[in-house]
Amino acid sequence: MRERPLTRNIRPGRPPPDLAATLRVGGYQAARRALTRMDPAAVIAEVAASGLRGRGGAGFPTGRKWSLLPKAEDRRPRVLVVNADEMEPGTFKDRLLLEGDPHQIIEGALISAFAIGAGTATIFLRAEYTLAAQALAAAIAEAEAGGWLGRDILGSGFSLELRLHVSAGRYICGEETALLSSLEGRRAIPRAKPPYPAASGLWGDPTVVNNVETIANVPHIVANGAEWFRGLARGADGGTKIYGASGRVKRPGAWELPMGTTIREIVEDHAGGMRAGYRLRGLLPGGASTDFLLAEHLDVAMDFASVEKAGSRLGTGTMIILDDRTCPVAMVHNLERFFARESCGWCTPCRDGLPWVERILAAIEAGDGQPDDLALLAWHTQALGPGRTFCAHAPGAMEPLQSGLKHFRADFERHIAEGGCPWK
Amino acid sequence: MALNADELAEISRLARREPQPHGAAIEALRAVQRRRGWISDETLGEVAQVLGMTADELDSVATFYNLIFRRPVGRHVVLVCDSVSCWIMGCDELRGGLETRLGIAPGQTTPDGRFTLLPIVCLGACDHAPALMIDGDLHGDLDPAKLDRLLEDYR
Amino acid sequence: MEMTVQISIDGRAVTVAAGDNLLRACLSLGYDLPYFCWHPALGSVGACRQCAVKQIHGDGDRRSGRIVMACMTPVAEGMRIAIADPEARAFRAGVIEWLMTNHPHDCPVCPEGGECHLQDMTVMTGHVRRRYRFTKRTFRNQYLGPFLQHEMNRCIACYRCVRFYRDYAGGRDFDVFATHRDVYFGRHADGVLDSEFAGNLAEICPTGVFTDKPLETDYARKWDLRGAPSLCVHCGLGCNTTVNARAGRLRRVLNRYHPAVNGYFLCDRGRFGHGFTTSGQRLRAPLLRGRPVPPDQALARISDILAQGTAIGIGSPRASLEANFALRHLVGPANFHLGLPAAEARQMAAIRRITAGPVTIAPISEAERADAVLVLGEDLPNTAPRLALALRQAVREGSFVFAETLGIPRWHEAAVRTAAQPVRSPLIVATPAATRLDDVAARAARLAPDDIARLGFAIAHALDGGAPAVPGLPADLAALAEDAARALAEAHRPLVVTGTGCASSAVIEAAANITLALHRRGRPGARFHPVVPACNSQGLALMGGRSLDDALAALAAGTAETLIALETDLYRCAAAADVDTALAAARHVIVLDQVRTPTTDRADIILPAAAFAEADGTLVSNEGRAQRFVQAFVPAGAIRESWRWLRDAGIAAGRPDFAGWTGLDEVTAACAHHLPDMAAIVGAAPPASFRIAGARIAREPSRTSGRTALAAEISVHEAKPPDDPDTPLAFTMEGYYGPMPPALLPYAWAPGWNSVQAINKFQQEVGGDLLGGPPGCRLIEPRPDATASYGGGVPAAFAARAGQWLIVPMHEVFGSDELSRLAPAVAERVPAPYLALADGDAARLGLGEGDAVILELAGASLSLTARIGLGLPGGLAGLFPALPALPAWGIVAKGSALA
Ligand SMILES: Cc1cc2nc3c(=O)[nH]c(=O)nc-3n(C[C@H](O)[C@H](O)[C@H](O)COP(=O)(O)O)c2cc1C
Ligand code: SF4
Ligand code: FES
Repeated sequence: MRERPLTRNIRPGRPPPDLAATLRVGGYQAARRALTRMDPAAVIAEVAASGLRGRGGAGFPTGRKWSLLPKAEDRRPRVLVVNADEMEPGTFKDRLLLEGDPHQIIEGALISAFAIGAGTATIFLRAEYTLAAQALAAAIAEAEAGGWLGRDILGSGFSLELRLHVSAGRYICGEETALLSSLEGRRAIPRAKPPYPAASGLWGDPTVVNNVETIANVPHIVANGAEWFRGLARGADGGTKIYGASGRVKRPGAWELPMGTTIREIVEDHAGGMRAGYRLRGLLPGGASTDFLLAEHLDVAMDFASVEKAGSRLGTGTMIILDDRTCPVAMVHNLERFFARESCGWCTPCRDGLPWVERILAAIEAGDGQPDDLALLAWHTQALGPGRTFCAHAPGAMEPLQSGLKHFRADFERHIAEGGCPWK
Repeated sequence: MALNADELAEISRLARREPQPHGAAIEALRAVQRRRGWISDETLGEVAQVLGMTADELDSVATFYNLIFRRPVGRHVVLVCDSVSCWIMGCDELRGGLETRLGIAPGQTTPDGRFTLLPIVCLGACDHAPALMIDGDLHGDLDPAKLDRLLEDYR
Repeated sequence: MEMTVQISIDGRAVTVAAGDNLLRACLSLGYDLPYFCWHPALGSVGACRQCAVKQIHGDGDRRSGRIVMACMTPVAEGMRIAIADPEARAFRAGVIEWLMTNHPHDCPVCPEGGECHLQDMTVMTGHVRRRYRFTKRTFRNQYLGPFLQHEMNRCIACYRCVRFYRDYAGGRDFDVFATHRDVYFGRHADGVLDSEFAGNLAEICPTGVFTDKPLETDYARKWDLRGAPSLCVHCGLGCNTTVNARAGRLRRVLNRYHPAVNGYFLCDRGRFGHGFTTSGQRLRAPLLRGRPVPPDQALARISDILAQGTAIGIGSPRASLEANFALRHLVGPANFHLGLPAAEARQMAAIRRITAGPVTIAPISEAERADAVLVLGEDLPNTAPRLALALRQAVREGSFVFAETLGIPRWHEAAVRTAAQPVRSPLIVATPAATRLDDVAARAARLAPDDIARLGFAIAHALDGGAPAVPGLPADLAALAEDAARALAEAHRPLVVTGTGCASSAVIEAAANITLALHRRGRPGARFHPVVPACNSQGLALMGGRSLDDALAALAAGTAETLIALETDLYRCAAAADVDTALAAARHVIVLDQVRTPTTDRADIILPAAAFAEADGTLVSNEGRAQRFVQAFVPAGAIRESWRWLRDAGIAAGRPDFAGWTGLDEVTAACAHHLPDMAAIVGAAPPASFRIAGARIAREPSRTSGRTALAAEISVHEAKPPDDPDTPLAFTMEGYYGPMPPALLPYAWAPGWNSVQAINKFQQEVGGDLLGGPPGCRLIEPRPDATASYGGGVPAAFAARAGQWLIVPMHEVFGSDELSRLAPAVAERVPAPYLALADGDAARLGLGEGDAVILELAGASLSLTARIGLGLPGGLAGLFPALPALPAWGIVAKGSALA
């Protein structure tokens, strides 16, 4: 049978395993191994060797991120933050892990905190994940009672205080530095990088921010080794990945599959293909802030390099499918409305550019488009690009727009020429 | 209405575990909102005081987050996802259905104070789109026809 | 030597300061690179994205480059950047275009129009055509108090206002609200802005969101305003200002950058206090026994009086050196008295003893970089606001050092704040009552003046066992003294601030011991800063003269017949009964002043004196810096500079020595000649004969409009412009404008730079020294080998008395200064007279905040409101407004005096 370490304990529709059940199936054994038989450097080395790349969207190598922390002479306390703010439209993979197997996240956080020498860790959870909040709170309490959190865990001398922070909304909180601002009780405004959180993060202390799914992989790497982890994947990136599909497919959902599974397999085998009467016209491979791919890309492997080569990004790995009876202009409009609303309001291009983009798209969709509008949109895709805005929010917003303009240009032009939406 | 002892105790507890009390701002607001439904100016001022903040400082934070309500809400808050997957699967129709049934537009509260209707970003329920959330309960695979029964559960 | 690196800008090799950011480097080199969120005093945060340039990689061409924000990019050896790059240019124009999607384009009705940084940057980027065709977001405005107008629709969300108001100035009743394009800058609810620095928002805001409200009631555009370099006359710090006038009225005061003094900021007392010049209290004509008379008649009368007998003069710490010297010269040095309360004169003498010692007085710029600060007895936000603002920055010194260890440069504002959240340099404040600086203080002790002095003496002793010890110091104070001594001793640049604020010379003596002890411990970086009450207190003290008490005694005893009082209200200097007696005994009372006071009400002859913007003269600041203020306009009526009245009186009295005083320069020179300590003052600014390219400097910008129409209802001809014998400036637009000695700069304006930020073009490097050097000259320099010895006057510990309270002065930024409180806008902010009491004392008296309270003091009975919660120690009470004879014992009771 195919290995699916991340979801092996997850039974959809049923409560997550409690501590006893978790221990029965070998849970926390990786933590035991790490804390009692390894030193932090060895854990970092193992994770680095595994090729694990961040599952939060940017794909930064996790081992490398951990080794960017200051040297031991720096006496400041270190902090681990688990990013469970999952709010990227079309993304629902972390929810699966959070609701389905909270102890796995706790164990992952424990090992990761041990590796980076963090005495405190915080899970930053979006407010609407109420079930996950209950599951995590219960699991944390169990882990504390069972000696898996708290002082001197397993007599190793390592202590960890794990906290659950439930947010109060706003997509930008998922951006790791905005998240830190928010954890300090502030407006979730991103921070300039450098300095990176590793040098100056939560309350100025060296901080690592990792996605839920990234963290969930850590126990399995420690338990089974880097070699095993690499072997799980079909391509260069190690491990499995939780892929998802939504839109007009027969069976929308999320599945743990080998990293590098092709889009076709995901859409056709796992999601059951398109619903009757619908054809696939395009897709956003990894959430709202990735570029559209087309039917011709179905055989692209869903790993970081392959998707990039195809002109998009793996992102969160949860794809949104555009069918042939949905207006691509309206879809892009929906996406940009989201991004405009969720701009934090700090930098000019994002704050004032996105609403403009949104209004142009609304006008085009409503039949008030003007010939120059497409050039204006195209200009924005450049001007709101990487490095020009303060953080990656607006550049992310531009990915579906720029690729939409490229792949569905005729649709845009028809809207303008015909003074209305042909789908209506 | 002044903060009660229970609220004060929770805010102080939250504040104590932060390096600086204002670090608890968001959690404190959430804690109070959980009990009162929304954050009035008066409540805001009192929470601010406990956290050693000015009302201006706390309101700056409060008005940033969309789930801190600075205006009264109904007994039940209906958050309708309007992000892309739900949009593809018909969230506009769903919201339209809610609007006609409740007789209000997004951002409004029914005259009987029962429901407040608000748009929300992706609820992470794209596999069950269109989805909405009422008071923290997630409901998926909806269409306007299912609304009557659904709303019945929230008196 | 400063480290530099070579970079190339648009293909030109240039040398820039290492560690700088690209934006400041480019601006300092004179490149016009637009920006909004950056400010030399506020650092970089990278929000507006306006300062984009292209950074070119390796030795590639521009295609290999990427857009970077200059303000966020450290310069590096060999770096190549392109400002002129088309892509960078287009992006910069795009930023303006975005900002304009919501900006209302209401320049014609906007008070900022014509001096708007947003206008300048718009032109600079070349954005001209609007492509946005949708609705703009609109906001409601707020009432923010008497100083500032709020027009949020103009906002471009650069975040400068919050960063200044909150992060820089420590205000906490102003913030940013909401998100995305709805971000709103204002207060949680309508109301008066608390911070005494709020007025700076009018200059900090790059467009017209926060504008000078008093100006709007008597508005003129920048190009129609005549300017002159001036000085703030509302406290001792000597902040440099630009005064603007039109049609014979002073319209506003702006900050005038001085690198060592006020930098970019003023307090609101200084910015809005000028309203006294047009207030109802203003004196405009000579009055003979209350009757207006022509000047000649008044002068003739004075010459008669001077012929009759001895005249004594009382000089003023708020009058110029020249005015004081003219009086001294008229009455003779033996008859010249200082218009200072006796106690204040003693305190000034104590300050003299320190300033004659081995430790340098810190200019504000050095105070701002102090890495440990001790404040003894001074409520700085109320007595020296701009210095308090500097100390708020000094507290951050430690955080800059810490951030540097992480490789975060000083200018990387937000990153420094994040990285160094808990790190603060020590600030220790010991005052009778709470101060608005306490929030950043490591320790804030509330003590009676004598105990503050004892604490100070103990700190000195802890620093150097040779300094006298303090017997019987309670353990908590002893521990505080140890801590403070350690903080000062460990610092590289320790600073001791004290002054006349708590009316105790013992406190100043204690501070003197500390500075001496630091010196003995070999702390060359140690600094001292004396806070004095008035704009020329230091000048008057340097000039020297007999005490006020002598003057009053001489009058009362009849040994002098005539009193000439210069710009001083004697009732603010001595007990009313004593002044009454002296004035009643005097045969002739001649008073020169700008405004009606209780003293002018008792005068036989009143001469209307020119106010600062209507006159020229020299003032000496806390720091001992002699600075010149220059007349902006010739006031209507018979108003003259005090020194001119006195000169004219001398001439009328047939004194040949006055005949040579044709202009200010002769008076300044005479003063310098007669008073060796003042020798340098002639160099405070160039003389009247100074010319550039043969021309005077034009006070009016070349674009001044309608000058023949200004008085068209009277005459359609342009009146002959007044001559200016006193300065090298002309009253018209005819003349020179360009690079010039900064002491003469009438306004800041440069091609493409119409806003206050045009000052960039007059600086050697942006935010650094001025081209031409810092204006003014320091008269007081340390004497490293002075054989100073420790003072030993350790007072006894404060002992509360049953049924009595020791009444100490309370100061208010709005209300304690004699002139600014007459400005209508400031008057709105002056608190009602109050008595501050210890919480326990108030409780015992059954008093709550705001209750009526009676104070019996020196035989008089004052009705006041009670204030509590200021932390005063028991047995002490603070009186506002202060009286000259404080501290003194009084009796406090609940209730109000008979109605
Ligand atoms: C606008 C924006 C929103 C983001 N939201 C999330 C999020 O909800 N969850 C998440 O894990 N990462 C999110 N990220 C990515 C994080 O900034 C960060 O890269 C990630 O948490 C790092 O974890 P990883 O290295 O384990 O992937 C977001 C980034 C941006 C720019
Ligand atoms: S791109 Fe700019 S305004 Fe947008 S979220 Fe990032 S920092 Fe905020
Ligand atoms: S000045 Fe550089 S981003 Fe604002």
